[in-house]
Amino acid sequence: MILDGKIPAGPLEEKWTHYRSTVPLVAPNNKRRIDIIVVGTGLAGASAAASLGELGYNVKAFTFHDSPRRAHSIAAQGGINAAKNYRNDGDSVYRLFYDTIKGGDYRAREGNVYRLAEVSADIIDQAVAQGVPFAREYGGLLENRSFGGVQVSRTFYARGQTGQQLLLGAYQALSRQVSLGAVELYNRHEMLDVVVVDGKARGIIARNLLTGKLERHAAHCVVLATGGYGNVFYLSTNAMMCNVSAAWRAVRRGALMANPCFTQIHPTCIPQSGDYQSKLTLMSESLRNDGRVWVPKKQEDAKAIREGRKTALDIAEDDRDYFLERRYPAFGNLVPRDVASRAAKIACDEGLGVAPTGLAVFMDFSAAIQRYGQSKAHNAGMHDADKAAITELGEKVVEEKYGNLFEMYEKITGENPYKMPMKIYPAVHYTMGGLWVDYNLETNIPGLFAIGECNFSDHGANRLGASALMQGLADGYFVLPYTIGAFLSNEIRTPKFDPAREEFAKAEADTQTRINTLLGIKGNQSVESFHRRLGHIMWTYCGMARTAEGLNQARTMLRELRDEFYKDVFVPGANEEYNPELEKALRVADFLEQGELMILDALNRNESCGGHFREEYQDEGGEAKRDDQNYRYVAAWEYTGWENEPVLHKEQLEFENVELKTRSYK
Amino acid sequence: MNWFLQFLTSSIGRKVIMSLTGIFLILFLIVHLLGNLQLLHDDGGKAFNLYAKFMTTNPLVKTISYLLYLSILIHAVQGWAIWRKNRSARGAGYAVKVTRAVNTNARAASNMGWLGTVIFIFILIHLYQFWLQMKLNNLPMAEYDGKTAKDLYAIVAVAYQNLGYVVFYVVSMAVIAFHLAHGFQSAFQTLGLNHKKYTPAIQFLGRVYAIAVPALFALIPVYMYLFMN
Amino acid sequence: MKLTLKIWRQGGKYKGELVTYQLNDVNPHMSFLEMLDVLNEELIAKKESPVAFEHDCREGICGTCSMVINGYPHGPQAKTTTCQLHMRHFKDGDTIVIEPFRARAFPVVRDLVVDRGAFDRIIQAGGYISVNTGQAQDANSTPIEKDLSAHAFDAAECIGCGACVAACPNASAMLFVSAKVSHLALLPQGKPEAARRVQNMVKQMDAEGFGMCSNVTACEAECPKGISVTNIARLNREFISSEFGSETQV
Repeated sequence: MILDGKIPAGPLEEKWTHYRSTVPLVAPNNKRRIDIIVVGTGLAGASAAASLGELGYNVKAFTFHDSPRRAHSIAAQGGINAAKNYRNDGDSVYRLFYDTIKGGDYRAREGNVYRLAEVSADIIDQAVAQGVPFAREYGGLLENRSFGGVQVSRTFYARGQTGQQLLLGAYQALSRQVSLGAVELYNRHEMLDVVVVDGKARGIIARNLLTGKLERHAAHCVVLATGGYGNVFYLSTNAMMCNVSAAWRAVRRGALMANPCFTQIHPTCIPQSGDYQSKLTLMSESLRNDGRVWVPKKQEDAKAIREGRKTALDIAEDDRDYFLERRYPAFGNLVPRDVASRAAKIACDEGLGVAPTGLAVFMDFSAAIQRYGQSKAHNAGMHDADKAAITELGEKVVEEKYGNLFEMYEKITGENPYKMPMKIYPAVHYTMGGLWVDYNLETNIPGLFAIGECNFSDHGANRLGASALMQGLADGYFVLPYTIGAFLSNEIRTPKFDPAREEFAKAEADTQTRINTLLGIKGNQSVESFHRRLGHIMWTYCGMARTAEGLNQARTMLRELRDEFYKDVFVPGANEEYNPELEKALRVADFLEQGELMILDALNRNESCGGHFREEYQDEGGEAKRDDQNYRYVAAWEYTGWENEPVLHKEQLEFENVELKTRSYK
Repeated sequence: MNWFLQFLTSSIGRKVIMSLTGIFLILFLIVHLLGNLQLLHDDGGKAFNLYAKFMTTNPLVKTISYLLYLSILIHAVQGWAIWRKNRSARGAGYAVKVTRAVNTNARAASNMGWLGTVIFIFILIHLYQFWLQMKLNNLPMAEYDGKTAKDLYAIVAVAYQNLGYVVFYVVSMAVIAFHLAHGFQSAFQTLGLNHKKYTPAIQFLGRVYAIAVPALFALIPVYMYLFMN
Repeated sequence: MKLTLKIWRQGGKYKGELVTYQLNDVNPHMSFLEMLDVLNEELIAKKESPVAFEHDCREGICGTCSMVINGYPHGPQAKTTTCQLHMRHFKDGDTIVIEPFRARAFPVVRDLVVDRGAFDRIIQAGGYISVNTGQAQDANSTPIEKDLSAHAFDAAECIGCGACVAACPNASAMLFVSAKVSHLALLPQGKPEAARRVQNMVKQMDAEGFGMCSNVTACEAECPKGISVTNIARLNREFISSEFGSETQV
């Protein structure tokens, strides 16, 4: 199979503008005759469904939640990037493009990323018009802050709830289309299969989660906006219901999964506290603007902290190792996520971890509190303020900036982060890999589109902070509504599909069989216990650091686990009822297969780049060693069934506008 | 539907009716209290009876009094209808439920229906005991400086020699106090009159009013029972 | 710690009743939902049907969790969703009663799961700003006063969980509706259709069968995001002025 990214010809700056003006259109009267299914109602799905509805298409939007507003985009905290250059600090479309390509360790397409940077500014305009209350200055204009991996302030934010506010904007736009009849909303419906008719995606099989009834939905094309697969690790910052199933079902029907091993480990999460733990909580990257990351220099100090004999406050300034500032003076605490995560892991591997589990480092705000306090005191004309007064003023500033995050930290850990440094540790957060798509965001199955985190397209091997919201909304608001025309303009004579067709019947029967199989095993172990074990295998061998040996071992373990799952899982209840355990079982079954593909991809990629770190490929300083000679490609995997080896297809990445360099944040 | 009718039957419109009638009744209480305080003059009821005469003969006051009766009825009937509707909105109840509140008395606020019902019964008895007697001309006449007036004071004075009535009035005033404790500020909130700078004053005034006015009302029978034998 | 749980079970073999369970080994650092996970694992091990409860993000922002704990929606801790409530706030030997959010407009789906579709329909009735993709002007072309924007934000923080309805003795949805009305009415972008919006949303709210607000303020007391009842006053104001001060009539 030859993978054609369909990147338009011409200079980088003109590709999108030119393509957008020449891509075939569907006339308004024809749009009314065309049905589009959008699965998922997060940032990408809701914005796409709303925009397509506004254009005049008949849209059916599906979410397994009770309401579109519950999608996990809602939990994004820190912000959204846009090349507005409102700060006059040298930002531009090119710089955002360059930062993203570099941040992604040169494993993303130039054309896609440049387009993303171009439309980023429109997203902010759109969101503000929808009523998203971004942070503002006293002059009434928009405020910005910095995020990791960049040297400009281009991140727009809405307190620590940027994702929530942007999603509510998209949700409200979607709700408006629902009220106008342009979008039909199917909540509590989970997509369980894609229906392919004559090689094109023409519908889905969805299960009504309240009644268990399988439904057939036909359309002219299908858009998947179903998020990432971080929950393959069981413990992650993803919501409990995030899953790979929609994407994986597409893969089982012939779509390619690209770069599945590229997973993002976020450096600042609240560490795991026990075996009962169900998920990990992120502390926004924005905290690294003011939080200094450190561990004790001496192992005995770290040990004393672990055992509760000392606290962070007992460690003298000279005995602290601010390891990010030391190793990466140019970017300091704001290095990209993959770099920061690995540095924390190295510190903990050296026995310097500060939680009872040994897996945590400090993030300290005391310096920031003093700095802000002094500045406030100065502004207020308090020239002889004592330390307590300055601390109080400083804490107020920090509270204004990060109050809700500090509150969340305190609720979960029971510790006051204003007084005691936070303990943090990396956790799985995002998956850069996903369904392979071309410039049109179309998978290799014609008529099947993938947008948002569900596709692989824009972040390469590592995503920069505040770029996920940007990409999800770019795809949904400003890219897909244009590029979908390339496919649909050829479908205007295609009549509506009858869901009674044989292809639908077969897909439904396949789905029913899967459900019956799971319900029929009646073994002795819960779905949850399998998921936990899967996560443990993936985190240990395919997590922050990987080796060929470990990956091979993991593959064997995972195959055994899958066998055991199909012999001994117990799924209570029946299909014809509200049955969350059955939903979970279907998702874990798919994770078990997806997990293997991640391992294979990690094994294949004999280099270290971005979120993929193979211990065999590092320099003396422990920095990643990329291999552009042999691995400057997108690895797109074709699934050929559990008994067969997946087939690797390569899409070479061409860099015409940026020079490939070793990523350095020193 | 006509827009005005639509407004009046909307949930907020119905609450606005409660609020406006409530505020009117609150204002009325002051007038009523001023009159009742005349009972405390040690003049054999002259000031009080003349006041009563004025209130029942002045055409403007009479007009307002019809508005008052209407307000009481609307406030009560609408209140019951809302109470009913609100109870049914819950559906199956909780086995355990705690109601907390911000800046108001949670117990009073969630029992306005009960409190209101007790007050309504009190008003009926109260009206029967004094107002109706006056209307039915069951009262003796008194003469002051050549003018005659119905001697309402006579039956009030008799009633307040009865410890049972005194207790009944005091308890009823306590119920009114609770009703007002929530109702006063609630009326403003329903009209949308909430302001960062002024609302604390309204809430303070509401608390003072809810305590002071019923307390003064209650003081009268107690005082008369104890000292005006 | 040891706990006795009395949990509302409805659906399957249960007609709707409080069922008692014992948990003997609860770690105080667990979240409330993790404690229920442990219970469910035990039930599954015994081949019994697990307790259905809704949850998703488990970081207090998606608004999915919906249970009343010992009489408090989302539990007794202020400004905290169930998923962020930790067992360290309970004592060894406690009995905990867990019920679904109760309102006629939120029918029980199963056990602790309720249907909050009424909220979606209220938003669909008008809880948006009518702007198509691409119609927007430059984001900085309309300055917005910082404090005003902050007030709008305070209202926009609503997570749509429905605790306000569950807490209100009248099962009223005024806090939810007022939060959205306030958020959009405060911003210049939301002004042009403010009158239509408030009338449409109130109309839908009434049609869903929620109770009427009697300013008990239990909604604010239990709101995990601390949305203020001043928004309800603003809703009243917006509604009254849209009726009497504009020609709009929906």
